[in-house]
Amino acid sequence: MTDLTDLTVAEIRDGFRAGDFSAREVAEGFNANVAAAKALNAFIVETPEKALEAADAADKAKASGETLGQLAGVPIGMKDLFCTQGVQTTAASHMLEGFVPTYESTVSGKLWAAGAGMLGKLNLDQFAMGSSNETSYFGDVISPWRRNDGGNASLAPGGSSGGSSSAISARLCPAATGTDTGGSIRQPAAFTGISGIKPTYGRCSRWGVVAFASSLDQAGPMARTVRDNAILLEVMSGFDPKDSTSLDLAVPQWEANLSSDLKGKKVGIPKEYRPDGLNAEISAMWDRGIEWLKDAGAEVVEVSLPHTKYALPTYYIIAPAEASSNLARYDGVRYGQRDLPDGAGLQDMYAATRALGFGPEVKRRIMVGTYVLSAGFYDAYYTQAQKVRALIARDFEQAFEKCDLMLTPTAPSASFALGEKQADPLAMYLNDVFTVPASLAGLPAMAVPGGLDSAGLPIGLQIIGKALDEQTVLNAALAIEERAGFSARPDKWW
Amino acid sequence: MTESTYRIQGATGEWEVVIGLEVHAQVTSNAKLFSGAATAFGAEPNTQVSLVDAAMPGMLPVPNMECIRQAVRTGMAIDAQINKWSRFDRKNYFYADLPQGYQISQLYHPIVGEGQIEIVLDEKNPEASTKVIGVERIHVEQDAGKLMHDQHPTRSYVDLNRSGVALMEIVSKPDMRSPAEAGAYLSKLRTILRYVGSCDGNMDQGSMRADVNVSVRRPGEEFGTRTETKNVNSVRFVMAVVEHEASRQVDVLEAGGKIVQETRLYDPDRNETRSMRSKEDAHDYRYFPDPDLLPLELDDAFLEACRQSLPELPDAKLRRYAQDLGLSAYNAATLTADADTARWFEALLAEGARIQKKSEGEVAKASANWLLSELYGALNRLGKSLEDSPVSPEEGAELLALIADGTISGTIAKQVFEIMLETGDKPGKIVEEKGLKQTSDTGAIEAAVADVLAKNGDKVEQYRGGKEALFGFFVGQTMKAMQGKANPQVVNELVKKALAG
Repeated sequence: MTDLTDLTVAEIRDGFRAGDFSAREVAEGFNANVAAAKALNAFIVETPEKALEAADAADKAKASGETLGQLAGVPIGMKDLFCTQGVQTTAASHMLEGFVPTYESTVSGKLWAAGAGMLGKLNLDQFAMGSSNETSYFGDVISPWRRNDGGNASLAPGGSSGGSSSAISARLCPAATGTDTGGSIRQPAAFTGISGIKPTYGRCSRWGVVAFASSLDQAGPMARTVRDNAILLEVMSGFDPKDSTSLDLAVPQWEANLSSDLKGKKVGIPKEYRPDGLNAEISAMWDRGIEWLKDAGAEVVEVSLPHTKYALPTYYIIAPAEASSNLARYDGVRYGQRDLPDGAGLQDMYAATRALGFGPEVKRRIMVGTYVLSAGFYDAYYTQAQKVRALIARDFEQAFEKCDLMLTPTAPSASFALGEKQADPLAMYLNDVFTVPASLAGLPAMAVPGGLDSAGLPIGLQIIGKALDEQTVLNAALAIEERAGFSARPDKWW
Repeated sequence: MTESTYRIQGATGEWEVVIGLEVHAQVTSNAKLFSGAATAFGAEPNTQVSLVDAAMPGMLPVPNMECIRQAVRTGMAIDAQINKWSRFDRKNYFYADLPQGYQISQLYHPIVGEGQIEIVLDEKNPEASTKVIGVERIHVEQDAGKLMHDQHPTRSYVDLNRSGVALMEIVSKPDMRSPAEAGAYLSKLRTILRYVGSCDGNMDQGSMRADVNVSVRRPGEEFGTRTETKNVNSVRFVMAVVEHEASRQVDVLEAGGKIVQETRLYDPDRNETRSMRSKEDAHDYRYFPDPDLLPLELDDAFLEACRQSLPELPDAKLRRYAQDLGLSAYNAATLTADADTARWFEALLAEGARIQKKSEGEVAKASANWLLSELYGALNRLGKSLEDSPVSPEEGAELLALIADGTISGTIAKQVFEIMLETGDKPGKIVEEKGLKQTSDTGAIEAAVADVLAKNGDKVEQYRGGKEALFGFFVGQTMKAMQGKANPQVVNELVKKALAG
């Protein structure tokens, strides 16, 4: 019998419905993998009982002939940025350690309503701030991948959805939720050889997701196949009256409309994404991607996104600015950590609580954000950044008059060793150089694996689509997936 | 438009005071500005709090369109520009009563732009005492919670019931020049808000409070430095703040000092303002557009519906009362100063016109006089307001109709009214049961007149000798003999006739 934990979401869903196996068998399989993978530190909280509960419900529903939810029998991992009723939600911070929400985020609620079960709460960079999952209060997440140089260096699973990427590539769960503010789904997916899509801003409700940067935060799925992403995204999307920025649009049938035939589609190659000194293997992978899309029937055109070089600085003004305000609510008054030194007044309590509850990267961004919003600097930084953001969005609009989708690298390199970039925040921020522009423009973008580099590590490609055109993004990713035939998986060492 | 002549006489000459008011008015709505939580006044602490109001992780604001509608209607009522595109900003600061760590407000793009409010300083002489006060803007924002320092020896408690309640901040231009103008402005604004129904105007419950900006200058010179006295919660106190703060500033300036731009608090017990302890540093609120909210865009249909829903406003009503109903300027002003009074009066008027089969103009004067003297007098005596008046407009109209058609005299009407107040009976029933109907039976009245004249022969002589002032005496004695039930007009005629005889 095949190992059920090797199956994709679609295979589990279909196999369960066909009666090839029970939902309980699937859940038990993944629970066992989770329990055996402590070394990866992918989970902050494990909830095997939740996975079994959902599985038993699915088995019972099937036995009694009830209509099954789209994800009946499928256990998944939940990034610990989504508030889950009755289950600790921390955003990987000390600040929220022990915080147990009385409410369920809209997106996680939709997944449970569709029959999915929760394997646990996945580790992440603290408050989703980071690109290597080294900022979690609950420790680094380790990538299951290792270099083929015989060394045992622990590698970064990417961030901030590093628990999700690590767990999926290690077969601890077939799929997971992620959130993406500047690349937090796509870059970890690329680092671990899986797929993940950030939909158009507003597709997935932000209600109940711990906020990092409101105008950028967007939830999305991560899984091993494009089809699995389509399946999950359909469940996660949809209008939510509780989120003013939620799009009041019907959810398309992305899975049913998957097609890798790209005849008639034009693929734009943004020339600004190929700077001097671009990693040769990344560059070569990009060229291969272009050939694959041509092979799928697409026409390739060069396009220009002239303001690309300003995207990263713009992002690192806007995101911290919003974060500095969004994180003001963690003040020790109502929930979460409180540090009240003897004789402390209110101001002292704030200072002590926030000094204790936030990690260094979070503090750095709060300080940067506070600075760029302060009197005398606001216009030079925040206002200017908003203007550039509008120009970046306009770049995409104009480029999309000449093409239907764009193909770019996802990250400037393959995964790096933990600790390697810790000392230099700017080097870390450069990881987001290819993912940030689509975030600023609110466009759908997806990472899909292309192959392994010379060190044996996955590298991926990014598809960027027009607003609301997730279908074309998924279809192009499918075309690459079919041609890349990426089947590498990390050798189990944990 | 009148120029204020209010001056403060300092040791070195005259000073003029310049006043601007920022009024916070709680929007009348069942739910808060960005959450579905209720807004009842006086509820147990922390029982009117949603997850959004407590700023739990991942919670998001969603505008309550009823609050937006009320702000727009208020703007329309003061002839203001309504901004079809407005936006919410975050005002960032830390305080224990502010769960989000920021207040959602509208700094850069308020929902309502410039408007104006007409005030009248002397209602008996409106033409000579009318002034237009400019309104700079109205924006909507969230209220904060409340700290309670008296519950525990070393700790403070937080009540979030008010957290997130919708406020309108109505900012005047610095157009007022005297305590009376400031008082009139606030009263008029309150009247308008109550007419529109966008705020209940209950200043003692905190649904309306004013920040009072005061500066002084030599007449005609540039504006001086202003101080802002926060959270003043009555018209009287606003006037007191202006008076006190202006003379304090004059004292400082005349002693060679400078006015510091600062926030002050008013202490009603001592009738003085004092500087608030300044926080560690000047606040930098780091305003920026709230990324959780889209810009607020209002379409024409929404604006039209707001406009259609506006009632007749106080100025228009006052003009109509004076011009169409022929009321005195003072009576018109008094009746329109409060929405409830005007509503009551119009019900009285409508019923009076209906049962007397006359136009409203024909019954207006008698109705206004009766309401303002008889009814108000009685309510004052009973310590009641119009809302809980024991007599309804319908009953009042019935009483007035009985006077108008000669069934009872004005004197008897007063008696009937007293009985109505005591028993709650209808006037017609009282008149019937107590036999108070007035008589025009000339025979009976003639007999009474003859009797009075016979008993007062000396006075008849005096009258006939030229002391005509005695006429009233004969009428009075006749009425008394008739127990007040004689038709006064008939009595007049018959007394005159008999005396002439």
